[in-house]
Amino acid sequence: MQATNILILILGLGAFAFFLGRGRSLALAKPLGGIRKLHSLPSYYGLHAALWCSLPSLLLLAMWVMFDDPLINSIVVESVAAEIAPTDAASYNLLLNKISNLADGILPRKGESAALIAAADHMEALRVISRWSLTALLLTLSGLGLLWGWSRISASFRARPVVEKVMQNILLACACLAIFTTVGIVFSVLFESIQFFRSVPIFDFVFGLEWSPQTAIREDQVGSSGSFGAVPLFVGTLLVSAVAMVVAVPIGLMSAIYLAEYASKSVRTYAKPALEILAGIPTVVYGFFAALTVAPFLRDLGASFGLSVSSESALAAGGVMGVMIIPFISSLADDVITAVPQSMRDGSLAMGATQSETVRRVIIPAALPGIVGGIMLAISRAIGETMIVVMAAGMAAKLTANPLESVTTVTVQIVTLLTGDQEFDSPKTLAAFALGLMLFTVTLLLNIFALHIVKKYREQYD
Amino acid sequence: MTQAATAEKKKPTKKTVAKAVNSLDVSDHQATVGKNFADNAKMTMRNVNVFYDDKQAIHDVSVDIAKNEVIAMIGPSGCGKSTFLRSLNRMNDTVDICRVEGQICMDGEDLYSPKLDVVELRARVGMVFQKPNPFPKSIYENVAYGPKIHGLADTRVDLDEIVENSLRKAGLWEEVKERLHQAGTGLSGGQQQRLCIARAIAVSPEVILMDEPCSALDPIATAKIEELIEELSQNFTIAIVTHSMQQAARVSHRTAYFHLGRLIEVNPTEQVFTMPEHQLTEAYITGRFG
Repeated sequence: MQATNILILILGLGAFAFFLGRGRSLALAKPLGGIRKLHSLPSYYGLHAALWCSLPSLLLLAMWVMFDDPLINSIVVESVAAEIAPTDAASYNLLLNKISNLADGILPRKGESAALIAAADHMEALRVISRWSLTALLLTLSGLGLLWGWSRISASFRARPVVEKVMQNILLACACLAIFTTVGIVFSVLFESIQFFRSVPIFDFVFGLEWSPQTAIREDQVGSSGSFGAVPLFVGTLLVSAVAMVVAVPIGLMSAIYLAEYASKSVRTYAKPALEILAGIPTVVYGFFAALTVAPFLRDLGASFGLSVSSESALAAGGVMGVMIIPFISSLADDVITAVPQSMRDGSLAMGATQSETVRRVIIPAALPGIVGGIMLAISRAIGETMIVVMAAGMAAKLTANPLESVTTVTVQIVTLLTGDQEFDSPKTLAAFALGLMLFTVTLLLNIFALHIVKKYREQYD
Repeated sequence: MTQAATAEKKKPTKKTVAKAVNSLDVSDHQATVGKNFADNAKMTMRNVNVFYDDKQAIHDVSVDIAKNEVIAMIGPSGCGKSTFLRSLNRMNDTVDICRVEGQICMDGEDLYSPKLDVVELRARVGMVFQKPNPFPKSIYENVAYGPKIHGLADTRVDLDEIVENSLRKAGLWEEVKERLHQAGTGLSGGQQQRLCIARAIAVSPEVILMDEPCSALDPIATAKIEELIEELSQNFTIAIVTHSMQQAARVSHRTAYFHLGRLIEVNPTEQVFTMPEHQLTEAYITGRFG
């Protein structure tokens, strides 16, 4: 049987166990004088039985699926005839693929050597055994679990705490899964980066001032030595982010103040969602808006003042990115401003302060940590933003602080390094992982900083 | 025997009181009983009506607050005493749906005239709230807040003096003089409330409104605030809303009894608590409802 079918079967058995356990507890309760005589509600007895029936089987199934293939593979390869036995890792994989494709019938068997066909048959046989033994084992386990869960049901049996405990652990497992995924991603990036740092010294990467990742594929190619100095990329990223924040912070903050403090209820009901629509626009739309509308406009505007503005300028990309981030800041700031207790406003107004004095002297200082936290999160967002800069910021890694020039960012370079046909072990490709790692570190630090501030903010007034 | 006579003979139960409460509507309401007008009035209110949208919270209230007196406003929850208090310094302006009709004057000046500057009014009529609400600033900055926004101090020395005087008047100076630059929110509840009083008197108001200033405090802190009110009454006119009849009896010179948005009775405090004129006042102070 296929794993999916088995899964459905186990879940079905679990449901069956639930009704069985519930029914038995109800039947037990009747002569005793109603379900109040039971320790737990009938559904807990049902759940208890269902968990016993399905949980061990599910765990076994998961383990089996994980270890089944590697085990069979190693058995098959161990026992192949000497003439096709693998000599190194590459030929091992090649052989394994071939055998498994033959076993699955993807490759035609005609013309293959007898040894290979024997190995394929061996593999198929092992798989069949594995599948049937798995099915038998799971059904037995489920049946035993069901019996055990069912037999333990009695009026005094404390099913509720058991179920609660199991539920708690299931939730814990889900939380762990999310964390392990993050850790897994970090480690995979880390290992690729370490590989990259074998060919490019880490010092040259972090502090190098020149970025031209073109490496030669053939020995005789021109421009064979790439240079991997990440500084221009990070300067570009910071420049674009800075432009974005210059646009987003004042506008976002002031619109938040307006919405939270001045706007009447009816204005607020319409203006707030309208502002948040901005956050719903896909970044790719912002991207071509920046590339096709804003950048040429800025170039022409610059030309009319006698300034030379690149047609892919940091200003255009950053400005549009800033517009994208406005709702982010305004809605976070609006939340923290609204969270400032009304008694603060009353206190200030009753002292004869005007509304703007109240905002400036009481509301903003009280909400400041939260606002700063929001801005930090927005900066993380700006640094990690990709689509707009890919479309509007340009490709050339220039070390400049002039927003009118074309710059490139870390994310843009990651995209260009990894799109198209690439050698997976060349430093050029691996550089993307190193960039990703550094970007991740920077945003992580910013997020930690932001969370720290937000946490501190919770202790402000009470 | 008439029905009324029977009712009189019976000990008033919850039911009869409820009847009395219910029978009180606009048509048969007589004017406020007692001495609601004063000769040396600081504030005069005439035919004040307050509405929240269509709902009328205050019905036709006329009363004077005399200079340097402490007037207590008592009444069951939801009777409109806080609403009335908040209309005296126009704090009701912050509530969009709130509308005030009638005339409220201070020293003969109409508080609701379009020419009046609310900022100036609130500097003259200070307010202390139910829950202590110090700003999340230092103790010093809390008290200096009002003088700063009203430009009452030209130099740092002036400001220091105002802060010290206010804290002294509020009876807090000795407790906080060593830690003026620590957060005001770190004080105890009673200290916070006295800090709020210090903040209010720092701008030298003429009238101080207190909206249940002790309801969030323990008995000892309450006793301190009450003592303070007595001292403050030498320099300020005070209107205090309270849920505690004992407190009204202890601190006030006159007591106003509100009921369902109407001002039922105003009389010297002693009289209200010994020989109330109106049956509703009597029912309330003897604890039959409320």
